[in-house]
Amino acid sequence: MSRIDVRKTYKLYIGGAFPRSESGHSYVVEDSKGKFVANAAKASRKDARDAVKAARSAFSGWAGRTAYNRGQILYRIAEVMEDRRPQFVEAVRQSEGLTAAKANAVVDESIDRLVWYAGWADKLAQVVGNANPVAGPFFNLSTPEPTGVVAVVAPEESSLLGLVSVVAPVIVSGNTVVVMSSYARPLPAVTFAEVLATSDVPGGVVNILTGDAAVTAPWLAAHMDVNGLDLTGVAGQPELAASLEEAAAENLKRVRRAPAAEPDWSVDPGLEPMTTFLETKTVWHPIGV
Amino acid sequence: MSNVFEYAPAPESRNIVDIKPSYGLFVNGEFVDGHGKSFKTISPATEEVLSEVAEADASDVDEAVKAARRAYTRTWSKLTGRERAKYLFRIARILQERGREIAVLESIDNGKPIKETRDVDVPIAAAHFFYYAGWADKLEHSGYGTTPLGVAGQIIPWNFPLLMLAWKIAPALACGNTVVLKPAETTPLTALLFAEICQQADLPPGVVNIITGAGETGAALVGHPDVDKVAFTGSTAVGRAIAKSVAGTDKKVTLELGGKAANIVFDDAPLDQAVEGIVNGIFFNQGHVCCAGSRLLVQESVAEELLDKLKRRVSTLRVGDPLDKNTDIGAINSAEQLARIRELSDIGESEGAGRWSPACELPTNGFWFPPTIFTGVSQAHRIAREEIFGPVLSVLTFRTPAEAVEKANNTPYGLSAGIWTEKGSRILKIANQLRAGVVWANTFNKFDPTSPFGGYKESGYGREGGRHGLAGYLKEGV
Repeated sequence: MSRIDVRKTYKLYIGGAFPRSESGHSYVVEDSKGKFVANAAKASRKDARDAVKAARSAFSGWAGRTAYNRGQILYRIAEVMEDRRPQFVEAVRQSEGLTAAKANAVVDESIDRLVWYAGWADKLAQVVGNANPVAGPFFNLSTPEPTGVVAVVAPEESSLLGLVSVVAPVIVSGNTVVVMSSYARPLPAVTFAEVLATSDVPGGVVNILTGDAAVTAPWLAAHMDVNGLDLTGVAGQPELAASLEEAAAENLKRVRRAPAAEPDWSVDPGLEPMTTFLETKTVWHPIGV
Repeated sequence: MSNVFEYAPAPESRNIVDIKPSYGLFVNGEFVDGHGKSFKTISPATEEVLSEVAEADASDVDEAVKAARRAYTRTWSKLTGRERAKYLFRIARILQERGREIAVLESIDNGKPIKETRDVDVPIAAAHFFYYAGWADKLEHSGYGTTPLGVAGQIIPWNFPLLMLAWKIAPALACGNTVVLKPAETTPLTALLFAEICQQADLPPGVVNIITGAGETGAALVGHPDVDKVAFTGSTAVGRAIAKSVAGTDKKVTLELGGKAANIVFDDAPLDQAVEGIVNGIFFNQGHVCCAGSRLLVQESVAEELLDKLKRRVSTLRVGDPLDKNTDIGAINSAEQLARIRELSDIGESEGAGRWSPACELPTNGFWFPPTIFTGVSQAHRIAREEIFGPVLSVLTFRTPAEAVEKANNTPYGLSAGIWTEKGSRILKIANQLRAGVVWANTFNKFDPTSPFGGYKESGYGREGGRHGLAGYLKEGV
């Protein structure tokens, strides 16, 4: 007699814990062939608010860590992911319908991207900061700082590499994040959450919500305690993107606009995914005796 | 105080400035009549009508944007950075050559003291053109690419009319964009003089277009489909409306909005220097400064001593004729702004804060408000939360550095902040914790073209000045 497998309950990831949706809602996740895989939690408005609260609580601690320490932790995420490669390969294969070889390549690239961003933590200030030679006896320095809590709509197609490519650049500088995962392909995001929970990432730094971004993202875009909004996952939905941008204007959130189509995640992302959610602080001090 | 050593009047001559009875719009290198109505610009110090200025309507805005597009496609984008730079250097030099004339004109139209226009507005405006001129042929070293955006629509406020124009136009042109700029409706004259300077510099027609008008003109410019970039300095309310109106478009936006800066004085601060910094922080330019140090946070143990010194110093400030070289505080820019300052000050009083102003005689004509200090202010008071944009200081106290930081950050704004202490390690720690784009330690209200300026949170996004100021005018990564 064959063994009955023990199936996993897929949950949200908020404040370092794995709650079900407070609403009790879930939705059916199918694999690329349309076969039932799981019931994923469907995040509600309240879940989104809880996630923002967790992200806000985690912000000052995370932003206050040394860049070296944040780099270490991002690298640690990569280490733990590497250790759990088979699970990610399986999740990506199942979600995206890729061959084993292609799914392996996606996982490689996702891990390597985290390593790439890990290295940025202690270089951002040197690359985007400035000593300013003002015309007077002043010491004048511009340095980048995180903008605060950033809400991210993750890409719909690329369930793992796309997710990593929008989360890592936001947190590496000290922001905290609330991310809506791919609606149709949420399972790699849930597995990624389990990696985060065991990678020294403080609870609340990354919060992952599964469910319908069209339902939840408007609450995040309008939330007065969210400082930034990444609409990468709203690719190809100009009307939704415009309404989210409009809501974000209420407290002048920094917005990364929705692209016309989902970007090619295999290319070098450049600085823009990081710089959109940085502030520049300029400190002046007199020079004298 | 007795007037034994009263100053004799020392007015700057206004004969140096030729104000025309009426002005048109500056489009495609020429002054043209607008299709809309006209409006009057007055001297806030005397309420005298200075000139009639055209109010650009939607068709005028369209013509200005078309002129800018034509100039962008046919001439400006074809020039090398090296050649663009020379035009900007020329403009910088003409600003210096005509500096006295511009300072007087600015003082008459805006109401700010001549010593500030002469020593701050004009020299720093010229310095911005010098600074960005040098970037025009070095963009590949900026880290932001070398590709301009196209046509920039720029809207500037009335508090620093010429300086804000320089902040907007210099980087835009250096990066290869062309511009349509709208000065504020109460202070259009130096922008129109700048149009003449563009002619003297032989700047190709259409590279800079100046359209005068009020909110409707601005909205038409922001909403014009052929504008690639919107740059705005002004109130948070208008900034929010602009952010909403460009939602869903490809327009790049930078916003420099309001502020409610905390100027924090610790018990070990050099108090006499701090007093000068506090005065400069809130009474410079009549307090019409988005980064003004309008919330003074004083450590409780030195609050009394500091306030005594502050009041003594404020009593020596001279309020009056903006053209008098001894004037410290000039006129409030408009009747509307004066009404807002009065309203919020009255609310401050009715909410229980202690109101103090030195004895000072105010002229009978024009718009005037005495330097005012509110003590016993709590974080809940409206005068501690809302931007007053006038010579009104709210004083709060604190006991510990942590409390100072918490109070300083307790605002939706995040433009600037001040720290006064002799302890260097404390400066660095507090500066790290303050959520503000510019932090002045043991100084205040310093500006320089090489130094980025801009806010956190609802003080807007993007930076002006410095290398960072190029980012708003280039397609990053291209």
